[in-house]
Amino acid sequence: MTARELALQLQERFADILGPPSEFRGEISLELSDPERIAEVCQVARDVGEFDLLLDITGVDNFDRSPRWLIVYHLYSLRHQHMLRLKTCVPEERSELPTVTGVWPAADWHEREVYDMMGIRFRGHPDLRRILMWEGYPYYPLRKDFPLGGLPSEVPGVAFTEVAPLEGGPFVTASGAPDAIHREPRAKPGGPGD
Amino acid sequence: MQTTTEIGYNSKVEGDVVITRLEAALNWFRQYSLWPMPMGLACCAIELMATGASRFDIARFGAEVMRFSPRQSDVMIVSGTVTYKMALVVRRLYEQMAEPKWVIAMGACASTGGMYRSYAVLQGVDRILPVDVYVAGCPPRPEALLDALLKLQAKVRREPVLQTLKRPGPAVPVRPPALQMELRP
Repeated sequence: MTARELALQLQERFADILGPPSEFRGEISLELSDPERIAEVCQVARDVGEFDLLLDITGVDNFDRSPRWLIVYHLYSLRHQHMLRLKTCVPEERSELPTVTGVWPAADWHEREVYDMMGIRFRGHPDLRRILMWEGYPYYPLRKDFPLGGLPSEVPGVAFTEVAPLEGGPFVTASGAPDAIHREPRAKPGGPGD
Repeated sequence: MQTTTEIGYNSKVEGDVVITRLEAALNWFRQYSLWPMPMGLACCAIELMATGASRFDIARFGAEVMRFSPRQSDVMIVSGTVTYKMALVVRRLYEQMAEPKWVIAMGACASTGGMYRSYAVLQGVDRILPVDVYVAGCPPRPEALLDALLKLQAKVRREPVLQTLKRPGPAVPVRPPALQMELRP
């Protein structure tokens, strides 16, 4: 059974909330319109579609577009060796969706990472704490409106941060360059070796 | 007849005796017995391990006794990226080390934050510790670390050990005036 067949099977079952499978470079994606039913869809994907391995959960910040958050689940079937990508949008006002830790225990740390970096809560998660930053850090660093150099923060007795200097480094990049070669960081013009 | 009285060292009478100043002797003992505390945080720690292994052999300079307990070590080698989350641990380990103690910042990250100009990385361990020797490189070669060790030995040799030996408190101020980064306890 191919990934497309499995995706179609899944879509047939949830025809009201799952869009048609789209293919990009041999990988199949399904879009889920109702994030509240993600756990239910994942349960069926695991039991019927035999997607027994959760590879990753990530979040995408669309910032000035609505809905702001896109949560992406990468599933893999060890038996059929197929990948499936599930996407679902979450509006900023809610910033919350059900956990899938009941389906794959591996979701625990992935969901904690999404929560830590983007501030999206997973309802029903057994232990929704920060995983990379420390407890009490006030920001969500992977949001688009968070500056790369960071913001000053202080948690007495736990940790502090300062803004990192983003100017004066040895390399510069050209953001508007036409291709990846020209976007590569290179030594400052006028610096040594120029 | 004029007689001369020889003072000081007479090898015929006294045998293998060396006369020196106490301070020079103490510094000499110290400089060839610097026990490192390997604060290995990233890829620099691999080079630190190489420095301790047979090819580069840090034992030639008397610093082979890597101690993972801060109570037993003299020089903390901060080798790697210090994140803010780790900074407090580094700081606490430094404060647990007994005097006299020194710090080597190994590599670009430990010295300045390196290429990590980001929200998560401390921009140089000298914001929380008094650093004695900085080592350039990403990561530095083991020879560079050995050179830093020799530089530190030269520094230890010049320290006014007798003036600071019996004085209560740290021999050097824990927070140098230039580094007024205040860490809350």
